[in-house]
Amino acid sequence: MNVNVPPPAIEADRLTKRYGEANAVDSISFQIAAGSVTGLLGGNGAGKTTTIGMIMSLVAPTSGRVSVLGFDMARDAYRVLHRMNFESPYIDLPHRLTVRQNLTVFGRLYGVKSVSERIARLAADLDLKDFVDRQSGKLSAGQKTRVALAKALINEPDILILDEPTASLDPDTADWIRGHLERYRANNNATLLLASHNMGEVERLCDRVLMMKRGSIVDDDAPAKLIARYGRQNLEEVFLDIARGTGAAKKEAAE
Amino acid sequence: MSAATSPSFSFSRIFAMVMRHWYLLRSSWPRLLELIYWPLVQMVMWGFLQSFMAQQTGALAMAAGTFLAAVLLWDILFRGQLGFSFSFLEEMWSRNLANLMISPLRPIEFVLSMITMSVIRLFIGVVPVTFLAMFFFGFNFWGLGIALGAFFANLLLTSWAIGLLCAGLVLRNGLGAEGLTWSIMFLFLPLTCVYYPVATLPVWLQPISWTLPPTAVFEGMRALVLENVFRADLMLWALGLNIVWIALAGWGFMKLMHSSKRMGSLLSVGE
Repeated sequence: MNVNVPPPAIEADRLTKRYGEANAVDSISFQIAAGSVTGLLGGNGAGKTTTIGMIMSLVAPTSGRVSVLGFDMARDAYRVLHRMNFESPYIDLPHRLTVRQNLTVFGRLYGVKSVSERIARLAADLDLKDFVDRQSGKLSAGQKTRVALAKALINEPDILILDEPTASLDPDTADWIRGHLERYRANNNATLLLASHNMGEVERLCDRVLMMKRGSIVDDDAPAKLIARYGRQNLEEVFLDIARGTGAAKKEAAE
Repeated sequence: MSAATSPSFSFSRIFAMVMRHWYLLRSSWPRLLELIYWPLVQMVMWGFLQSFMAQQTGALAMAAGTFLAAVLLWDILFRGQLGFSFSFLEEMWSRNLANLMISPLRPIEFVLSMITMSVIRLFIGVVPVTFLAMFFFGFNFWGLGIALGAFFANLLLTSWAIGLLCAGLVLRNGLGAEGLTWSIMFLFLPLTCVYYPVATLPVWLQPISWTLPPTAVFEGMRALVLENVFRADLMLWALGLNIVWIALAGWGFMKLMHSSKRMGSLLSVGE
């Protein structure tokens, strides 16, 4: 093994999660290169959230393994968690704490050196200044999303995992968030893993897409290549082909 | 880029969690009021009962002399556990637990922050009531002297062990198990003989009662108030039991946490 080759940012090896008789994730394997943006796509129940849960060590795999930056998440999660972060509209920050208080708490949890300076920087970058001293529970959906993103960026993570980062946002705010993620990745050479149902967003942000269906990865390629291969106009049509087993997806399955 | 290493134990992370709960307490006067409300109501009710019974004669009057000490010690046990459990439940109610579980916060640091908050909540809730007991009923709780430290420490240790187990059960089973955190301590009320001697229990129940650390504390309190004797043997017995209880509760909490990871329930906490 060449010791100079850095490990993949994220690596799953025959990763499986079974709940009783149901296979939520069925022996998936993939590698995600450092500095890339990868989309994890699939319909509801495809296994995206469970896969993310296993990467974050929130869910224990039934079998197989997942490693982040070379560390096995079942054994060494605490050696790498400070270099990761996660944002999801389904996880909240304490409502009664102000945005500044919440960010201060998480800054300290992640061992950020100058928490006040980091919060000031994030407030400027993410346009939080007008409500940084307001209670988090009293913010609009768009403001909450920006605050959740600020929490996810508090430690300047090498690995940023996003679960539907622009869900329920108006097009202007969503576009603004995407722009910020692009800049963050470019400036920090960070690795982004993104689960989203917004195909336009995935086309814009992602270098690569992992398509999941019923717990398995059914396709894996760059968005443009997938569109070309399926003979479609955009990723949404590819998604529908795969989800419904029609068009090129059906043909390939038959072959 | 983020730091290359993260210490395996950090007081700063514990302090961050204590700050989180302190911010919350500070922002909510109903939460602060709730801390003091029940201990105050209990103290007033038992204080009047003690005053009434003290006017009687015989053994009843003597037994009544222990009521206020008993109720204040009971509040240390009960409020200590609630203070611990509340800190955990707040994370569940605010759907913040997953944020903590993916952070570098270690389980031991999380537990130590809940222990710290339980002491802070206890001081806010119970200490003022002890002074009110002195003012209204002339009962000097602090007059228990050095023994009070032993009672206090043993009751707190038990309250943390129970709180830890409750937290594990809620983690594993979700907020459906929340009721346990409110009610589990009431099982201890009759069994630990808060207001009467262990000898009052049926013979077959007494050995069970003695496996509960608070039993030795309440028995020791009665020895001190009624006979003016400090029973160090009882305190050591309680301490030994508490060490076993804390170890078992810590083991149980970790098992339940791993079980919740196996079930995937951490992804849906608060639901």
